[in-house]
Amino acid sequence: MIKHLLSGADLDADTATEILDTAAEMATVAGREIKKLPALRGRTVVNLFYEDSTRTRISFEAAAKRLSADVINFSAKGSSVTKGESLKDTALTLQAMGADAVVVRHPASGAPHRLANWVDGSVVNAGDGTHEHPTQALLDAYTMRARLGRLAGLSVAVVGDVLHSRVARSNVLLLSTLGAKVTLVGPPTLIPVDIAGALAPATAVSYDLDSVLPNVDVVMMLRVQRERMNDSYFPSAREYARRYGLDGPRMRRLPEHAIVMHPGPMNRGMEITPEVADSPRSTIVEQVTNGVSVRMAVLYLLLGGNNR
Amino acid sequence: MAYPPAARSSPPRQPSVKVILASADVQRVVDRIAHQILEKTQGAADTVLLGIPTRGTPLARRLAARISTFEDVAVGVGVLDITLYRDDLRRQGTRAVGPTELPPGGIDGKRVILVDDVLFSGRTVRAALDALNDVGRPASVQLAVLVDRGHRELPIRADYVGKNIPTSLAESVKVTLAETDGVDEVKLYGGSPS
Repeated sequence: MIKHLLSGADLDADTATEILDTAAEMATVAGREIKKLPALRGRTVVNLFYEDSTRTRISFEAAAKRLSADVINFSAKGSSVTKGESLKDTALTLQAMGADAVVVRHPASGAPHRLANWVDGSVVNAGDGTHEHPTQALLDAYTMRARLGRLAGLSVAVVGDVLHSRVARSNVLLLSTLGAKVTLVGPPTLIPVDIAGALAPATAVSYDLDSVLPNVDVVMMLRVQRERMNDSYFPSAREYARRYGLDGPRMRRLPEHAIVMHPGPMNRGMEITPEVADSPRSTIVEQVTNGVSVRMAVLYLLLGGNNR
Repeated sequence: MAYPPAARSSPPRQPSVKVILASADVQRVVDRIAHQILEKTQGAADTVLLGIPTRGTPLARRLAARISTFEDVAVGVGVLDITLYRDDLRRQGTRAVGPTELPPGGIDGKRVILVDDVLFSGRTVRAALDALNDVGRPASVQLAVLVDRGHRELPIRADYVGKNIPTSLAESVKVTLAETDGVDEVKLYGGSPS
């Protein structure tokens, strides 16, 4: 098993499958009266969050606690970071406190890579800038496998703001490793030139959502970051929703079995309408549940043995 | 000057292998344990057999099949994975987690019989008792093993033992079963050459 999980590219097909299989076993714990396993008793997991993210932090916290690890939540707001402490000094402090794993969310792409050089424990990337979010990709893959029974050969459309999306990048890397075919869909301004070739050669790019929909097994809608709505990436929010938003009529053009995913939080009415988000095809709530199982699997596989 | 004769090098010692139970013996032993379970539980009503992977699982299934042949009673069978409850997790590389499958109706209020191939230090059984605690509350727990080789490190004993094999710590006992290894056999490795 690998020591750190920094990128979707860190995982080969066997390791990724091992994580998904382990997550499936971890999911059975959620159905028990006692949702606790002793596997990481005595280990310390630090959630080091330089960006607000309730969803991901709580998911990691629940995962670590279900495995009996001690959890320390460290948020940059109100900490010594606001007094000017550098990432390296924070890392050395965590090291001195005996952190076995550091789960890091940082606005700067590459921060987890730097951190991995400074601490002895495992580092898990919980989202760095516009770069990657590998556990989100794993939980997405887990959800697809649970709903559709397989990953190899699946056709997946990732729709929206690919340029700023770490979720998209990690998904392209992981899904390609696991044999799915990814098509990136969005306005040309939000799909970087040659991103497909740079990440995984088999990845396709399309600027026309309607032509892609009838041939996909999965549509993954990305959040349009409202703060960018008035930037010049697209003419207006309404224009974006009209061309790239998933509404009822568009959803009905999907094959019978196809599912709709969204990493959350959603902009209802923007990239996805409430009709789609609340339909039986939507896996949005399942993705949150699966996130805990997948993060349990990742923490167990990184910390469960003496792999260091 | 006479030189002493060169020390004669002795041929390398082959580790000795002794077959303790052959295929027919294994089947006889399983039948005997099935009878003992029926006798001790007075008909095996409300009994669930939980196999401890790897080889406890097929043993539990065989025992259940034999019990239903002898007494026409259906006994619940399941699998209890103990990986996450082991006390040596940190001493080795990460172990793969396997499935835990309980029979329909669960184990609450039932007589659970844990089934394993070899009883040695007792640590596997301790882990199994912890795992059991988290999946339900049985009325009672018993232990059935194919082989008891001694050297307990915890105060644990089996209720049903197929064969007691007195061993030294230098020896090892290897159980193979048709379902997992292609052949039913119990072998003792590493004893003094016979």
